[in-house]
Amino acid sequence: MSGYRLPAGGRVDRDRPLAFTFDGRRFTGFQGDTLASALIASGERLVARSFKYHRPRGVYSAGAEEPNALVQLGAGARSEPNLRATQIELHDGLVAAAVNAWPGLRFDLGAANQLVAPLLAAGFYYKTFLGPRGWWRRFYEPAIRRMAGMGRAPTLPDPDLYDHMHIHADVLVVGGGPAGLAAARAAASGGARVVLAEDGPLLGAGLVDDDATVDGVPGIAWADEVAADLAGRDTVTVLRRTTVAGLYDHGYAVAVERRTDHLPPGAAPGHARQRLWHIRARRTVLAAGAHERPLVFPGNDRPGVMLAGAVRTYLRRYGVACGRRAVVFTGDDAAYATAAALADAGVAVAAVVDPRRDAPDAAALAARGIAVLPGHAVIAADGKGGVESVLVAALDGSGDGQARRIGCDLLAVSGGWSPVVHLYSQLRGRLAYDDRLACFRPAGSVAGVTVAGAADGRFDLAACLAAGHEAGLAAAVATGFPAVAAAPRTSAQPPALPPAMLWDRPPAGRGKAFVDLQNDVTTDDVALAAREGFTAIEHLKRYTTTGMGTDQGKTANVNAIGVLSGVLGRSPGETGTTTFRPPYTPVAYGALAGRFVGELFDPERVTPIHPRHVEAEAVFENVGQWKRPRFFPHPGEDLEGAVLRECRAVREGVGAMDASTLGKIEVRGPDAAAFLDRIYINPMAGLAVGACRYGVMCREDGMVFDDGVVLRLAPDRFLVTTTTGGAARVLDWFEEWLQTEWPGLRVFCTSVTEQWATVAVAGPLARAVVGALAPEMELGAADFPFMTFRDGIVAGMAARVARISFSGELAFELNVESTAGLALWDAVLAAGRRHGIVPYGTEAMHVLRAEKGYFIVGHETDGTVTPIDLGLERMVAKRKDFLGKRSLGRSDTVRTDRKQLVALLPEDPEELLPEGAQLVDDPKAPAPVPMVGHVTSSYRSAALGRSFALALVRDGRQRIGGRVFAPAGAHVVAARIADPVLFDPGGSRRDG
Amino acid sequence: MLLISCPWCGPRDETEFHCGGEAHIARPLDPPALPDAAWAGYVFMRDNPKGWMRERWMHAQGCRRWFNLVRHTVTHEIAGAYLVGAPLPPLPDECP
Repeated sequence: MSGYRLPAGGRVDRDRPLAFTFDGRRFTGFQGDTLASALIASGERLVARSFKYHRPRGVYSAGAEEPNALVQLGAGARSEPNLRATQIELHDGLVAAAVNAWPGLRFDLGAANQLVAPLLAAGFYYKTFLGPRGWWRRFYEPAIRRMAGMGRAPTLPDPDLYDHMHIHADVLVVGGGPAGLAAARAAASGGARVVLAEDGPLLGAGLVDDDATVDGVPGIAWADEVAADLAGRDTVTVLRRTTVAGLYDHGYAVAVERRTDHLPPGAAPGHARQRLWHIRARRTVLAAGAHERPLVFPGNDRPGVMLAGAVRTYLRRYGVACGRRAVVFTGDDAAYATAAALADAGVAVAAVVDPRRDAPDAAALAARGIAVLPGHAVIAADGKGGVESVLVAALDGSGDGQARRIGCDLLAVSGGWSPVVHLYSQLRGRLAYDDRLACFRPAGSVAGVTVAGAADGRFDLAACLAAGHEAGLAAAVATGFPAVAAAPRTSAQPPALPPAMLWDRPPAGRGKAFVDLQNDVTTDDVALAAREGFTAIEHLKRYTTTGMGTDQGKTANVNAIGVLSGVLGRSPGETGTTTFRPPYTPVAYGALAGRFVGELFDPERVTPIHPRHVEAEAVFENVGQWKRPRFFPHPGEDLEGAVLRECRAVREGVGAMDASTLGKIEVRGPDAAAFLDRIYINPMAGLAVGACRYGVMCREDGMVFDDGVVLRLAPDRFLVTTTTGGAARVLDWFEEWLQTEWPGLRVFCTSVTEQWATVAVAGPLARAVVGALAPEMELGAADFPFMTFRDGIVAGMAARVARISFSGELAFELNVESTAGLALWDAVLAAGRRHGIVPYGTEAMHVLRAEKGYFIVGHETDGTVTPIDLGLERMVAKRKDFLGKRSLGRSDTVRTDRKQLVALLPEDPEELLPEGAQLVDDPKAPAPVPMVGHVTSSYRSAALGRSFALALVRDGRQRIGGRVFAPAGAHVVAARIADPVLFDPGGSRRDG
Repeated sequence: MLLISCPWCGPRDETEFHCGGEAHIARPLDPPALPDAAWAGYVFMRDNPKGWMRERWMHAQGCRRWFNLVRHTVTHEIAGAYLVGAPLPPLPDECP
């Protein structure tokens, strides 16, 4: 037992006790407590085990900077790791556990790590546990990861709701302390739209720690008045329990509001648990305060060592004493108030130890019987489990030269303050080291941003209020509002003396002195890193891990910089800081995802025929955002069986496929023909009305970009089809050229993909099926030749029928208005029933086209393949320019040994080459084996009675008939190179 | 996230836009006449200044129009937008 609840005081509601469980044991706290304050009040000193050495640790701070007291909160799907006990508001039935202790917090086997600490020094994973070969991955890494754990991510789906909110403001104020309140009050006074974001549940809660008055009333009463004033203005949005996690350009800020975390799970049904606020403000006032710094000395991590400001916060805000007999060790004035507050609360203060020779206020404390030891330092904190005593010595060796031991169970430390410059620095704000205040302060300017109060290195209340007020008024005026409010007045006095740091003369006691409590980085680690050459602060961070982890070094960074600078004999300003990046504190993925989860994660596009595919129990695949039937399995049939059956039907009978997803763009205007001539590698201007032509388009670098069929509907009107996944890209491409390069062309483009439904009827019996549906239409090859289209009536519906084939078989593409798509599909299947029509999916389509050597953009092409590589030389127009044409004559594209499209026939016709497999000439060649190509598509073919593949092979066309090898798992597959057209090379089947 | 003023729609979040890189790269009028190096300069080579830059942007989730923007590549300050085909505005550091 060490900490306890004071008989009175604090902003907790003693009439509302709350039961909670920590690490399996039951406790009671009060409404208004944090988990940390309730644990301290219950006498718990040991709340965590450290990251590496599993040393016992206690609560260290009272806020977001907490490095030690990380807990796993909640259970099951709502379990959340690594939350700071100092920020968790207590509620009835709360369940939490320590994160890094096994088997338990009190008896942790990992503490044995301290015995092998020499093996775990800075950068140990580069130096130790290296051999035997293979052991790192199999043994060391899993073991180290288990030992160096933090909390565990929940494995169940998150049951809670999260929202995204968007708000525009004239002024965003970050931080609801004295500076932030003064800023918000001033900015709002003239009517500006103000957003005030405060991390905690209350505005100005820190003022309760202070005795000074503001505008004639106690600070906390002033804060309540301002809060009431702000709440009464409909131009002001006050966001409590809201952390601004990131500040970005042009006044954009992202904040997380925790709306139900302070309530028992399920207590606010229908409420989003958290809101992610997207704030766009014309001016931003950063009043995020400052974090108190630890002092670095041996044993400074023992439970019972706490930040002095936090000790005062627990006394005044929560009515909790953190110990029974305290020593205050401070290089800063602010902690003297902690000594006084402890004495006020009846806690014995054994001594105030101050390394500064001329300590302030010594007389006032001495009058209360508190000994002040100027020019002294604590050189060790000792005790089993927690602090039992400290060793204090004069810094200049005066006195009797002997260290004296003082018994205590609480050591309140203060090493000065570090302004919370995170958001400012995220926006590339420049920082400079202030020698007098021993901290990094904002030193440049960031457009639209003002830093006010402690965040700017102004640590006393009077300066915070004045700076906040001025910043708020200036922001109001800058956004066009009058300056109305008068500056708040306070009785607070500025500090007498600047703080002192001990970085260049570390106390000479024995034992580990921690620089970073969360990552278990000691002064020895920093010195070792410096000896090994890691003297740049970014290198030190990566080598020692100082400043990493969930707290990102909020208490550690400046001490690490200071100790490193001390070792190297340079100033902290020369060392500089690491870069601050968002988020300020960890953000739950749920908040980032918001409502964009499950089926709202990404839009799903379905064709008008989709319900029939679902009824037919098709297996779907995603093509872009589209759901397309991949195959239609019969009961008991697998992918391979279904695809062979579907392919056979198209080659021997008739099949039907839903081709509605193909991109369709109408290109209209007097210059449409000239425009398409510039886009496609082959001529389009001469295309006759009523005819179709296959076309390929390239980027300016000569690489194939998309392909499809162009239908000329009228002299000034074309319908362009694209790949399913490329429709949006191609429309963008058209628009880009029309708007930026050729604005003189009179052309406009309209996406009509979703206006049409398309059913492809393919196979030797296709004419019979379409004939039954369109008795008026002449379908013979002479009347309706390949690559033409007709408008007519199909199944009683207005339709456009095109003779286009992607399978090499006789095929008709039936296009109707999309609302008629379902009826068309039903009519096709009904008419085809007596011909044994088979619906086929994308997989069969892929096999059929591959048998014909037709490439698919994205399968056979990857942005490095030219039309020539695909064997399309004859398509490339000679007499016109087109996008990419000049690139086809570059030295690299005219090489004869480029990878070219070929077919591969495995020597074992049962063997399937893995798609993506690299091809080599000699599998026995010494590594690295030169690679000569890769497999782009690989299938079993019903028509060929064997497996086959398409591949890009270096100089492939010259090598037809030769052999290549592909590693396939444990063995090597040999294959013959063949012409890519394996089926019906003469093309006789397409006319039926 | 930048706040970009589309000349047609007004100020909108950057996520609504697509950046098209350096502006005013004119397509050569007679590509076949160009030596490889000159063509490569047009296709591949782009300026990457530290400072003010004229860029092309497209309001992809709005009016879908391309326009030009003068942006500072370090501070992300935006000096203004202008239409395709409009006379080139001077860069802020070129101002007299």
